[in-house]
Amino acid sequence: MMKKSRRSFLKVAGIAAIGLGAAPAMTFAASDSHGAAQAVKGKNQEALSAHRWGMVIDTSKLNEEVAKNITEACHRNHNVPDFNHEVDEEKYPNTRPTNPKQEIKWIWEEHFNYAFPDMEDEFLVEKFKHLGFPVTCNHCKNAPCVQACPTQATFKREDGIVLMDFHRCIGCRFCMAACPYGARSFNFRDPRPFIAETVPEFPTRSKGVVEKCNLCAERLAKGQMPHCVEASEGAIVVGDLEDPESEVRVLLNENYSIRRKQSLGTEPSVYYVV
Amino acid sequence: MNKNLIIAGLAVFVIAVLSPFWFNLVTVTQAAPKPELLGKAKTEKKCVLDKYDMRANHMSLLDEWRVSVVRDADRMYTAANGHSFNMSLSTGENSCLGCHEDKEKFCDSCHTYASVSPYCWECHTNPKEIQ
Amino acid sequence: MLEIAIKGSRNYWLWIVLLLAVMGAGAITYIDQFTNGLMTTGMSRDVSWGFYIANFTFLVGVAAGGVMVVIPYYLHDYEKFHRITILGEFLAVAALVMCLLFIIVDLGQPTRMLNVLLYPSPKSMLFYDMLVLNGYLFLNIIIGWKVLEAERNQVEPPMWTKPLIYLSIPFAIGIHTVTAYLYCGLPGRGYWLTAVLAPRFLASAFAAGPAFLIILCYIIRKFTKFDPGWDAMQTLAKIVCWAIIANLFFFVCECFVVFYSGIPSHMAHLQYLLFGYHGYHALVPWMWSGFILMTLGAIFLIIPKLRNNKTLLPITCAMIFIGAWIDKGLGMISGGFVPSPLHHVTEYAPTGKEIMITLAVYATGFLVLTILYKLATTIKEEVRG
Repeated sequence: MMKKSRRSFLKVAGIAAIGLGAAPAMTFAASDSHGAAQAVKGKNQEALSAHRWGMVIDTSKLNEEVAKNITEACHRNHNVPDFNHEVDEEKYPNTRPTNPKQEIKWIWEEHFNYAFPDMEDEFLVEKFKHLGFPVTCNHCKNAPCVQACPTQATFKREDGIVLMDFHRCIGCRFCMAACPYGARSFNFRDPRPFIAETVPEFPTRSKGVVEKCNLCAERLAKGQMPHCVEASEGAIVVGDLEDPESEVRVLLNENYSIRRKQSLGTEPSVYYVV
Repeated sequence: MNKNLIIAGLAVFVIAVLSPFWFNLVTVTQAAPKPELLGKAKTEKKCVLDKYDMRANHMSLLDEWRVSVVRDADRMYTAANGHSFNMSLSTGENSCLGCHEDKEKFCDSCHTYASVSPYCWECHTNPKEIQ
Repeated sequence: MLEIAIKGSRNYWLWIVLLLAVMGAGAITYIDQFTNGLMTTGMSRDVSWGFYIANFTFLVGVAAGGVMVVIPYYLHDYEKFHRITILGEFLAVAALVMCLLFIIVDLGQPTRMLNVLLYPSPKSMLFYDMLVLNGYLFLNIIIGWKVLEAERNQVEPPMWTKPLIYLSIPFAIGIHTVTAYLYCGLPGRGYWLTAVLAPRFLASAFAAGPAFLIILCYIIRKFTKFDPGWDAMQTLAKIVCWAIIANLFFFVCECFVVFYSGIPSHMAHLQYLLFGYHGYHALVPWMWSGFILMTLGAIFLIIPKLRNNKTLLPITCAMIFIGAWIDKGLGMISGGFVPSPLHHVTEYAPTGKEIMITLAVYATGFLVLTILYKLATTIKEEVRG
């Protein structure tokens, strides 16, 4: 409760400073919690926590099948539409043809030259020439998308996860222009006709909002590891980057790793052990 | 000439402005449907707030919940009455729809009557509809 | 004053009806976009801004260009601009109306647009863009209206308009600077990531805005009894001349830095725009036409004989206006997204529906412009007569 009221106060003060006369009064009225004065909000007991969540991808454990399973597990469980899915004409009559350029993806494969365009090298080590590198949101420490968002619909959680608030997104796509990793997708249309099997544990999205990897925040809250970790057969490890004892830190200590476009200073939290 | 026109215009305006009343005069007004408590909701008898508070304020509560879950990562709500709930509209046993199993009879009947169409269901799924 | 706008010739009304028809057609197309989402556009995952934002960017420039008549008249007492200052201010109003409409039609969730006010985010450049665009719009409406009203009543404009006029000058620079900051602060987009972007935007704005104003002066001379004055138009032409040369100069600077340093993430975009990239070259003919138009235009304006030619001047201005539109509209936005941050190439072309909605936004702007110019010219005729 304490946190909540401080937040409200800062919000009100901020708005007042900008001088929107009516807004502070409205915010005051809205923050008056409805008879639930003693109600308490908290985390699930089993929730996993970290100072800064990060991901380490061990490229030696990757192969085509693993990479495919990773994408599959993530997309299926987050109700990410697949434009190749045949639409159920009965449920969704007159669905217009899709434009594959408007697809949505959270985690997918890229070849080295595309995943690391600033490290392009004609004499690249043979094993990387045909390997698919899983790429996704980097949950950057200095995330350009968070800075760009005009409504704070994209925001950085205290534990380092860069999240989308689909309720608040106005669909301006500033974050997509800001992201140096192409991690974001926009819902150019209603995704539902293209979801083969809707998973009830996660909402679908509406048209007109941006989406991306959420590091399975909904699973961490239940004490489970992200879907990609489970599907990766050990290739992906997720853990606390700030904890020197954590599995991710041990991996980073023992192996040389790279990050995507390090020179931009965004400080990605996704590491690739090479 | 002008005077007549103005008076006629005013009369039309008044009639038009009061049209909801005329509409109600010629149609039968139905009493608001009561949300039906079915299955688990009927036996449990422990909602987040008491019945009247819930009726009046569930939308604000849901709004508060979504901010808490999405932005603060707090997902567990211990209500003033001591019961704990999973702050979720539709996922899991301990969510709204987990207890109020029938969305049509619990949510939609009232919303349709009040002519409100919350956009929750554009994204959140009704587990029953999926099956 | 608005009553003036409902008294007009047959041609005036035909023009208004034409604009309303285009607006109507666009509104119907927009309903489709609103219900089905932006899938109706040619935009994609890789090119996530398209024709709407391109035209928005260009029109912010046209709006800012209005200041090129305000500064000489109000700061330097350049009397010859007395008659056209109001035209510059009203052009800015119409251009800003179009800008705001372009932003709205570009949103995926337009019904939530007030979230920008509800959750003000001072780290986002879009927040400041919203502030300066709306600020400049209201400043111009108030100033233009009050000054015109005073002229009609043949009194001095109220004292309090003076500070507002001075304030509108930094606002004009501000709208285009902040619009450039939208793009040039993004770390992963090599084409935009250059400090010369804001100056380049301003240069092309100070060319395109006044060039359009000259064309409008010709139209006004043809259709009304009000004469904006040949001398004023000549001065404007000189402003256009130096601004377009500055724009071309900035572009050359950009090309030098990019190609001489040879950093791939910066170079790839210009390669795509000017020569094609990995076999993709949809924009190459456009870009070269744009630069040829702007260069020829600059040459025509430097040579006094050609600049003074009353038949050539509007053509020169049209060339510069179209050239600047290609440079800043078409190339600037698409060029920034191609190739993508992962160096994939996804090309962009607007769809018919996108173009229809764009035309309707332009029609709305022209409707506003027509009505405002109708007021201004009629009142100026009255006063002089």
